[in-house]
Amino acid sequence: MCLGIPGQITAIVDAANLIATVDVGGVKREVNIACIVDDVHSVEQCVGDWVLVHVGFAMSRLDEEEAARTLALLAELGDMQAELDMMRQMEGQA
Amino acid sequence: MKYIDEFRDPAKARKLVDEIHKLAATIQRDTPLQLMEFCGGHTHTLFKYGIEAMLPANIEMVHGPGCPVCVLPMARVDDCVAIAEQPGVIFTTFGDAMRVPGTRKSLLQAKADGCDVRMVYSPMDALALARKHPDREVVFFALGFETTMPSTALTLLQAHREGLKNFSLFCNHITTPATMRAILTDPDLRLDGFLAPGHVSMVIGAQPYDFVTRDYHKPLVITGFEPLDILQALWMLVKQIAEGRCEVENQYARIVPQAGNAAGLKAIAEVYETREHSEFRGLGNIGDAGIQIRAAYAAYDAEKKFHLQAAASAHDPEHLKCADVLRGVMKPWECPAFGKECNPQTPLGALMVSPEGSCAAYYAYGKLAKRSA
Repeated sequence: MCLGIPGQITAIVDAANLIATVDVGGVKREVNIACIVDDVHSVEQCVGDWVLVHVGFAMSRLDEEEAARTLALLAELGDMQAELDMMRQMEGQA
Repeated sequence: MKYIDEFRDPAKARKLVDEIHKLAATIQRDTPLQLMEFCGGHTHTLFKYGIEAMLPANIEMVHGPGCPVCVLPMARVDDCVAIAEQPGVIFTTFGDAMRVPGTRKSLLQAKADGCDVRMVYSPMDALALARKHPDREVVFFALGFETTMPSTALTLLQAHREGLKNFSLFCNHITTPATMRAILTDPDLRLDGFLAPGHVSMVIGAQPYDFVTRDYHKPLVITGFEPLDILQALWMLVKQIAEGRCEVENQYARIVPQAGNAAGLKAIAEVYETREHSEFRGLGNIGDAGIQIRAAYAAYDAEKKFHLQAAASAHDPEHLKCADVLRGVMKPWECPAFGKECNPQTPLGALMVSPEGSCAAYYAYGKLAKRSA
């Protein structure tokens, strides 16, 4: 019920009623963008935005910096693990 | 697909699982940690990727009631059918609610019996139907936690702007923090922490969960829906417990701003208010969890328009243990009807209908019994 899917805003259809076209994995449909427009982010600026779409509404702008940070953290955890494994192996040989 | 594939990397998942095992090994306790994923979407991810089987033996997941279809009392489905049976009505709903049994019938059965019941993807689609059929009454079944509330509120406000007289909402929204509070005060449940719903939080932000850590001393991590999101959030939660911390943390920062969504919250506050009492399946009567339409927008309230009486209590048949499964005190396979007369083809309870319901998930992924059973 609460699931959402990431898509990219490709065009504004009706600026007055805050309707835009979103591309979700190649499928295009109209979405309401009322939740991603504010004083500092105009209707026009929404074009190109990656958003989370839920029941025909763009509910949140995907924060690409935060996405990158989360992925970096995950990668770091992986690297750290690899390093620890290596250390353990070395210890075994010593 | 962008921002999906990255969060399904099996190598990274293995590393996270290793880290969770190492952390869990440092926690000395007589009984396993009980961690609740509140949201049905998280339950679905846990089952789909077999995540529970990867977890250490001293971590037990408790599946929460965060599936709006599953907590819907049968009496509310009866109300839906009663509205759909009125002459001239087009009753619109999300697909999830079509097959949920009422005491008389489901919406799908009502449709088969000649009612005009239509499945829509968005409340805006229901609004488009109202524009197209000015001679008909179009009702949308507004269901869901806070994730869905901005969409129905904004749709109602749009109908109001256009002066549409033949559109209304049958409001059955429910709020997450009040439901969590009801779980936390349940004497049968002993929980050690929460994975909090990512998309509810994208609307309400992180602050509404402060009471969970402050008043109940349970750590909580706001969590996304991909397997790596869940694993990372579990790692964060177990780390909090291992280090003796108790905080509201946000694993899903790419989608969830700390303060939530201002425009969505404004629309919710404009259109909705809390109900004093509402009954939910498995949760009983929870004050302030149910939501109703404000008097200023009564013209768009299907309850007023169709003069619905306050929903009579319709209890589940005795041999169905939906309520206990919902509260996490009984496992699905312990219900006498599970997999027998109650199955996905002929569901008797909502937990077997929705893919987010724990019974349907256990049935679909073959987890008839867990290792502890």
